[in-house]
Amino acid sequence: MSTLEIKNLHASVETPEGTKQILKGVDLTIRSGETHAIMGPNGSGKSTLAYSIAGHPKYTITEGEVLLDGEDVLEMSVDERAKAGLFLAMQYPVEVPGVSVSNFLRTAKTALDGEAPKLRTWVKDVKSSMENLRMDPSFAERNVNEGFSGGEKKRHEILQMELLQPKVAILDETDSGLDVDALRIVSEGVNRVKEDTGLGVMLITHYTRILRYIKPDFVHVFVDGRVAEEGGPELAERLEAEGYDRFLASA
Amino acid sequence: MTTTDHSQATADAAHTDGAVIPEGSRGERFTSFDVDAFEQPTPRDEDYRFSALRDLAPVLDQADAPVDGAEYDVQAPEGVSTGTLAIGEAPRGTVLVPEDRIAAIASAGTAEALHVKVPADAQVTEPIRVAITGKAASRSHIVIETGTHAEATVILEHRGTGAHAGNVEVIVGDGSQLEIVSLQQWDDDAVHGGTHHARVGRDATYKHVAVSLGGKAVRLAVTAEYGGTGGSAELLGLYYSDSGQHLEHRTFIDHNAPKCHSNVAYKGALAGKTARSVWIGDVLIRAAAEGTDTYELNRNLVLTDGARADSVPNLEIETGEIEGAGHASATGRFDDEQMFYLRSRGISEEKARKLVVRGFFADLIQQIGVPEVEAGLMREIDLELEHFEEEYAEETE
Ligand SMILES: Nc1ncnc2c1ncn2[C@@H]1O[C@H](COP(=O)(O)OP(=O)(O)OP(=O)(O)O)[C@@H](O)[C@H]1O
Ligand SMILES: [Mg+2]
Repeated sequence: MSTLEIKNLHASVETPEGTKQILKGVDLTIRSGETHAIMGPNGSGKSTLAYSIAGHPKYTITEGEVLLDGEDVLEMSVDERAKAGLFLAMQYPVEVPGVSVSNFLRTAKTALDGEAPKLRTWVKDVKSSMENLRMDPSFAERNVNEGFSGGEKKRHEILQMELLQPKVAILDETDSGLDVDALRIVSEGVNRVKEDTGLGVMLITHYTRILRYIKPDFVHVFVDGRVAEEGGPELAERLEAEGYDRFLASA
Repeated sequence: MTTTDHSQATADAAHTDGAVIPEGSRGERFTSFDVDAFEQPTPRDEDYRFSALRDLAPVLDQADAPVDGAEYDVQAPEGVSTGTLAIGEAPRGTVLVPEDRIAAIASAGTAEALHVKVPADAQVTEPIRVAITGKAASRSHIVIETGTHAEATVILEHRGTGAHAGNVEVIVGDGSQLEIVSLQQWDDDAVHGGTHHARVGRDATYKHVAVSLGGKAVRLAVTAEYGGTGGSAELLGLYYSDSGQHLEHRTFIDHNAPKCHSNVAYKGALAGKTARSVWIGDVLIRAAAEGTDTYELNRNLVLTDGARADSVPNLEIETGEIEGAGHASATGRFDDEQMFYLRSRGISEEKARKLVVRGFFADLIQQIGVPEVEAGLMREIDLELEHFEEEYAEETE
């Protein structure tokens, strides 16, 4: 059992116009096996929350805490956070020229485990994960995210999640840009990992369609840098029908 | 069609790009075997304004030049003949006539030039090796020649210390294929200047690879012209400049014949406050060179503040009847987003940097096509990075 606790998190970013406060007191707790959907308007700070937890150097934490099983995540370097069990599937995965997917995956797995994976089982694991995600084997030899379509990048993120086996994963708009088949395939991937490892999931999305495949236990409405309302799956339906006006007016 | 691709160029204060307007055409440069015909350069001279002039002094000073040349160790596989050529003894001096003082000094300071000749139709699969070991002041001139339809690879290794002025004069026979790899693996205090100039025969294929990792100051002119139609010249370069290093490469493709192809690709990484690199890439397409196809590229990866890369592509076109001509030049800071992505998967900062830098060079290294050189280079880059990690740890302590 793992618990990710986000307490009163404030974060800012430096812009040419000065310091901009984006997160304004986020409280959220995610336990193993739970799925938390985060929905909110563009620019409300969802990706900032994801990046802040993962430790992106662009964002400065000005107040608050992030704890994973009681350990202070904010004290950890980016790679230490991954080693502690955090994973971020990015909204815009980065291209890394000249580094093949297979080299990247093996290097990451070795770094996380502290030793190289057993070759035979590893090759098998990679192969079956790629098959499950309907990724052509040729992707293993391609450079990381280079020339990948939007949907291929997202599958590649979930491939990493499946192979690296984190405790808590933050999926930042993993569903955006996926066609209906890919959405199902990627969702099945997430559910498979949840079942196998008891993964806790923070699912950032704009659409309820992914929530038909990945059932959320909680839905949080994210507005202006904080959680404005919490509820069950029914809240997502209501948001889709009504939009965010109700929250924006009060924000 | 003429294309000028600058789309990838990033704005960077430490990056000069295209600011130079050459005096007269690149093709009309003064040439002479007489050292004194070239004045001592000053920082105001266009050809030296980016150079480490003070460090290069020993290769610009004729008085320092011994007449015994340099120490070579030559390993030539069967079928390859080696000998010497005195000053004025053809083919020496038929292709390379010095264009600058350093080349003139290298030429005049070498009484007996090494002559490596691959006879017509010979297919030499094993590389020919020439190891040059620097001493206090050394001069060399090497003539490499392939006969018609011959195939060969030559690896020149430069090691040791001192000040070395060295020329390589290359005659690529019609229909032949020649690759020259010049490795600059000098000690930290070495100084190296010189010109590698080739004439690429009709339908011949020439590849020159300059790898500059060591040395305090390196200034290499790598140039090519054509001896007939259908020739292809590829100039590849890779450099890694640490603090205190000044690595300069000046490429020039003289498209003087129709239907020839050229490709220039130089990539460099710079790490350390006083790391410097210079790439000047000249291409001249003369009126006669109809059907020319040329592209040149320079990319620099700056790992730390203070390092400076100058990159100046320069394309002169005297005919509109060409296949294509383009250039790209970009100097980029080390990409934080790539680092973040890799590190968010648990990969340490040091390892992530290694992956990114190796990745930056990977496509270029794959183009070398000599397996032992490719493998050795990856190891060398890893070593450079390990050195960087030590320095970096000290700097950030
Ligand atoms: N580096 C930055 N410089 C300036 N502004 C930034 C920076 N990073 C984020 N912001 C701003 O912070 C706000 C929150 O951005 P963020 O990407 O977290 O939103 P989001 O909720 O993920 O939006 P979307 O739904 O469009 O993905 C936006 O107004 C954005 O422009
Ligand atoms: Mg976002």
